[in-house]
Amino acid sequence: MFLTPAAEEGDRHVLIDRIKCDGHGLCAELLPELIRLDDWGYPIIEPGPVPADLLGHARRAINACPVLALRLARLAT
Amino acid sequence: MIELALRPGPALGPPSRGYSDHVRVHGPLPTIDARLVETLEQSHLLGRGGAAFPVGAKWKAVLSQKQTPVILANGAEGEPLSDKDRFLVETRPHLLIDGALAAGWALGAGRVVFYLDGRSIPSFRRALDERTDASGFAVSIVRAPHRFIAGEETAAIHCVNDNLALPLTKPPRPYQRGVAGQPTLVQNVESLAYAGLIARYGAEWFRNLGAGESPGSLLITLSGAVHTPGVTEVPAGTSVGEVIDGMGGYPGHPSAILLGGYFGGWIDARLARDLPLDPISLRARGVALGCGVIHVLPEGACGVAETAKVIEYLASESARQCGPCVFGLRALADVMTALASGEAGSEDLGLIQRWSGDIRGRGACAHPDGAASFLQSALHTFPDAFRVHQARLRCATCS
Amino acid sequence: MNDQVLWYATRGAGMMSLILLSTVVVLGILSHARFGTRSWPRFVTPALHRNLSLLAVVIVTIHVVTAITDPFTHLGVVAAVVPFGSYYRTFWLGLGTLSGELALAVIATSLVRPWLGRFTWKAIHFSSYPLWIMAVAHSLGTGSDASAMWMEAIAVLCVAGVTGATAWRVLIFAGDPVGLGRGQARRNFGGTAQ
Repeated sequence: MFLTPAAEEGDRHVLIDRIKCDGHGLCAELLPELIRLDDWGYPIIEPGPVPADLLGHARRAINACPVLALRLARLAT
Repeated sequence: MIELALRPGPALGPPSRGYSDHVRVHGPLPTIDARLVETLEQSHLLGRGGAAFPVGAKWKAVLSQKQTPVILANGAEGEPLSDKDRFLVETRPHLLIDGALAAGWALGAGRVVFYLDGRSIPSFRRALDERTDASGFAVSIVRAPHRFIAGEETAAIHCVNDNLALPLTKPPRPYQRGVAGQPTLVQNVESLAYAGLIARYGAEWFRNLGAGESPGSLLITLSGAVHTPGVTEVPAGTSVGEVIDGMGGYPGHPSAILLGGYFGGWIDARLARDLPLDPISLRARGVALGCGVIHVLPEGACGVAETAKVIEYLASESARQCGPCVFGLRALADVMTALASGEAGSEDLGLIQRWSGDIRGRGACAHPDGAASFLQSALHTFPDAFRVHQARLRCATCS
Repeated sequence: MNDQVLWYATRGAGMMSLILLSTVVVLGILSHARFGTRSWPRFVTPALHRNLSLLAVVIVTIHVVTAITDPFTHLGVVAAVVPFGSYYRTFWLGLGTLSGELALAVIATSLVRPWLGRFTWKAIHFSSYPLWIMAVAHSLGTGSDASAMWMEAIAVLCVAGVTGATAWRVLIFAGDPVGLGRGQARRNFGGTAQ
């Protein structure tokens, strides 16, 4: 997504829309610490909040998705 | 599939003979408002669509939304082994209508949609036409397609909105946004029927229907190698064995029983007999009541072959929206079929474990999870049969 | 001397624009086809596609601005903004103007993509194909170097690249390349209102 910087701190998670996801796999290339691909090219995302030092990489991975299936959000949503 | 009618149990009363007869048997519905929500919470009524989510809590969530809600009575019953919803709708439609209208009044809804199996619609419409008390709502009937996943909450909403019974991404959840973008109560028809009865007789009446600590009563579909398959109402907490014996028992010594349908799992028959039919107790034992199916595997049937058929069915019933489901279930079905026909690869059991683990939680709905759990229950219940098939020998039944 | 600079700038930027645009279209097709190798990770393809398209905007802007500020061309802002609004080589220049405006629409919709429906974005993005054809026609029709050997060679390479990639996409990589079967399910899962 094209993100606006958050107003406050908080745990952020990488959330995925499984219906939009088409298995392009760009996210796994850009965030291999948290995302790996299953046998069919679809992402398996490490649960839990994104470590602060990976937030920049996470944003790049999310923006790279050609079908906009990923977003960074706090879990309440 | 199952021809026998619902056997009357502790609460649902005799088959319907029209609305005036219904009022004579059950009495008129009292005036209903939002206080019914708390009554339902006190009754401990659990949803009967398979998830066993507390009905009162669900109604409360809808009530907490600001917009006017919609009531969606879910009678799609995609599970092929289950018949309870169809029989409820066809033989006691007024109980369902009572419950749906009660939900409408309690939650301040403007619209009530009945999402039903096509076979039930003609008779249901006749019952609906008798109801002058429904005039305060915009009432409609939508035919659910005959697919396994058609009863999934968001698939029901999607079908009512756009004529496509395919699950949608969550969030938003139905209670937030559903039919026509409004907060929607998606409730199984059996749950609504009991809610309507609780509105009349109260929470304590319902809790006392059950055996022991379990509250209420529930519908069970009995099928498979039994003397008398059919739908019956039993007090919650009744054991599986008591239900089967009460319906005439089964011949011989079956090895396993399928509890909960394809979204439930296999259990060793001797262990299954003692299990109490109460969603909470079953969950504590790692087993699910699901939609209340008790299916007895015939004596001598091969668990591996039966499981392969079910996984093949589940793979073909995928909504085909999410990669892990489409490809994962296909891969699992192909491996299971190879195993069943004596063409197992040396890695097959390992692949089954890895793939079932991989697909969990990675679809837009719980279809892959249900298939994975079903497969796990098979591995757990038929370890010998799997060992034999893995060694490329066919078991006694299969040859 | 000054005017010569503008004149050469217009032609140079025009040629660069054609090359960049053709490369961008090919990269777009390769992105859809999930192109990647061991040394060219897949994320590079759409990233390069995006970055080069933004670079192309800059180069096209230079091309247009130098063209209309050049006193010898007698082209005004109207020619740059209104398709077929110039008196000089009306048709061929107009194609360029139209092509440029479509490109702006494609880029603008891509920037606000999260807020557009999938279908809207895709429909406008597909106008990249006619946009490219118009750009090629424009450069051959108005370009002063059109008859030069090197310009023809560049044009041939660009056309070959894009038509080759497009043909491959249509003939070999069409439909449901991943095999998900979404269309098939949508046909089977309909209910009906009663």
